[in-house]
Amino acid sequence: MADMTASTPDTTRRKGDTTLGHIVYVLRDNPVTMLAFAMLAFFLGCAFFGPALVPYDPLATNAARALEAPSWDHWFGTDNLGRDVFSRVIVATRLDLTISVAAVALSFVIGSILGSIAGYWGGWLDAVLNRCLDTIMAFPLFVLAMGVVAALGNTVENIIYATAIINIPFYARLVRAEVNIRRHSGFAQAAKLAGNSDLRVLAVHIFPNSLPPMMVQVSLNLGWAILNAAGLSFIGLGVAPPTPEWGIMVAEGANFIVSGEWWLAVFPGLWLMLAVFTFNLLGDGLRDIVDPRKRT
Amino acid sequence: MAARSKMILGRVAQAIPVVMGVVVISFLLTRALPGDPAAYFAGPAADEASIAEIRETLGLDKPLVQQFFYYVGDLIRGDLGTSLTTGQTVLTDLGARLPASLELTLAALLLSCAIAIPLGVLAATRPGTWVDHLCRVLVTAGVSMPTFFTGILLIYIFYYLAGLAPSPLGRLDFIYLSPPHVTGFYLIDAALAGDWETWLGALKQLVLPATTLALFTLAPIARMTRAAMLSALSSDFIRTARAAGLSDGKVLFGYAFRNALLPVVTTLGMVFSFTLGANVLVEKVFAWPGIGSYAVEALVVSDYAAVQGFVLAMALLFVALNLVIDIAYALIDPRIGLN
Repeated sequence: MADMTASTPDTTRRKGDTTLGHIVYVLRDNPVTMLAFAMLAFFLGCAFFGPALVPYDPLATNAARALEAPSWDHWFGTDNLGRDVFSRVIVATRLDLTISVAAVALSFVIGSILGSIAGYWGGWLDAVLNRCLDTIMAFPLFVLAMGVVAALGNTVENIIYATAIINIPFYARLVRAEVNIRRHSGFAQAAKLAGNSDLRVLAVHIFPNSLPPMMVQVSLNLGWAILNAAGLSFIGLGVAPPTPEWGIMVAEGANFIVSGEWWLAVFPGLWLMLAVFTFNLLGDGLRDIVDPRKRT
Repeated sequence: MAARSKMILGRVAQAIPVVMGVVVISFLLTRALPGDPAAYFAGPAADEASIAEIRETLGLDKPLVQQFFYYVGDLIRGDLGTSLTTGQTVLTDLGARLPASLELTLAALLLSCAIAIPLGVLAATRPGTWVDHLCRVLVTAGVSMPTFFTGILLIYIFYYLAGLAPSPLGRLDFIYLSPPHVTGFYLIDAALAGDWETWLGALKQLVLPATTLALFTLAPIARMTRAAMLSALSSDFIRTARAAGLSDGKVLFGYAFRNALLPVVTTLGMVFSFTLGANVLVEKVFAWPGIGSYAVEALVVSDYAAVQGFVLAMALLFVALNLVIDIAYALIDPRIGLN
């Protein structure tokens, strides 16, 4: 035994063996993921600084310049009340990202707790949780979100809760599986023997192992959450006009598309699509970093 | 055969707790109405006395458990409540509008399968080439498109710019009469009546919304087909088949594809869930008179009975569909039930 520990050679470790080295290696191999990170940075920039930088007040109407096509003055044109579409699209980034990040964070936390408990202790807790998750998954998810918002009331917070509820099963199942396969592993038993409580072993020793696959899930889920929230506001739930939000802007612009004023709906829709695309690419890229075998 | 029917019975039994859970959730959604449900069901012009009366007739003064049994009793009798906007029972409304939604959904799924499965097979036979990468980018872009946006874009291009598509207002242009009601599917009804002009009119209306939905569902089907084909192609029986000198087409479609089809059928269940959700948005964009646009109209005027009836109906539809898929799976796959 002594031989084996002694023969672990520090000197033969190459630069690419560190986590950071691996990430750099994968990123260099996959320029698409790099692009996704750059786009993410762009959207975060819009969310943080957008409202301060946009050329016009997103709520200021100007009847004299209503329904103007894109020009140097108004990059994305103006809407039926003369509001600048570009400013509205950029300002909306903060609200849309906030809704999806809050919803995903909520489902991450609740799903982690439920999944850890079910995976660690098993038994009837596990069975009950599984039945509950099956029930949630039995609904077409967007339809369930509609029902929840209709029942709880038509506010932005309830959009967040509804989006969180429909995403909880994905996290809970993932964490349950990851915790379950490790609950009797050597390091967990060692930690237990060293006098740690069950809760501590679970939270500090076992749960962190499920974080890498969870990050992939978070990234993919952010895309769905944005789509979901925008879809709900498109059918008139949650965000109320005149607040700038991508889904509502597309819904309002839809009335003008048949008369040819395409810029009202196309730019917010394009932005929405870019945001979702970014998170989807990011999810794929993160999956490559976390687990190269799962590339499909 | 006995083992197989036992398996099917077992699968049906598994669906029962899920259906019960669905009923519980939809009951909770009814009771969670903002404000006082009795005041809501009584309407805006009601006074104290009539609200109290409604509360009693609805059983809202009873304990929650008892209310739940009343609710289940109503459901068993098919009573989903009455819609405030149409004045008819929710069940009648949903029944009248369901064929429109199903026609759209099924057309979209057929279209999606017709594109995605060959695409997946193509990508799997040439992994790592530009064909493969192109497929991947295409389907990722498709799934990133919000369906309501895709729909609007298609309307702009094909209706406003190209003038190819009819105006996006429902299932049939008003110059046609709707075909005599047999199945409620306009394409089938018109064909049965031999009215090919109406059939063509209905098809024209269907193309854009079905394409919109299909674009959204390409990705999961294509990806699953590709993955299943890859694993089938790398298995031993394919190697044996090739070694035995069978032609490429025979190996690909006679052996690999038939084995790859099973996981694809399972994925269709999940895809159907997506489609049912996306349906709501597409129906709103194209003014399609299905149950999705019914629910949206009901939401706008806070017609909760209609919304909850819709949510329940969708969930039951989805559970039933998954059941059918699982049973079909057991019937298709000769290995299930033998060991």
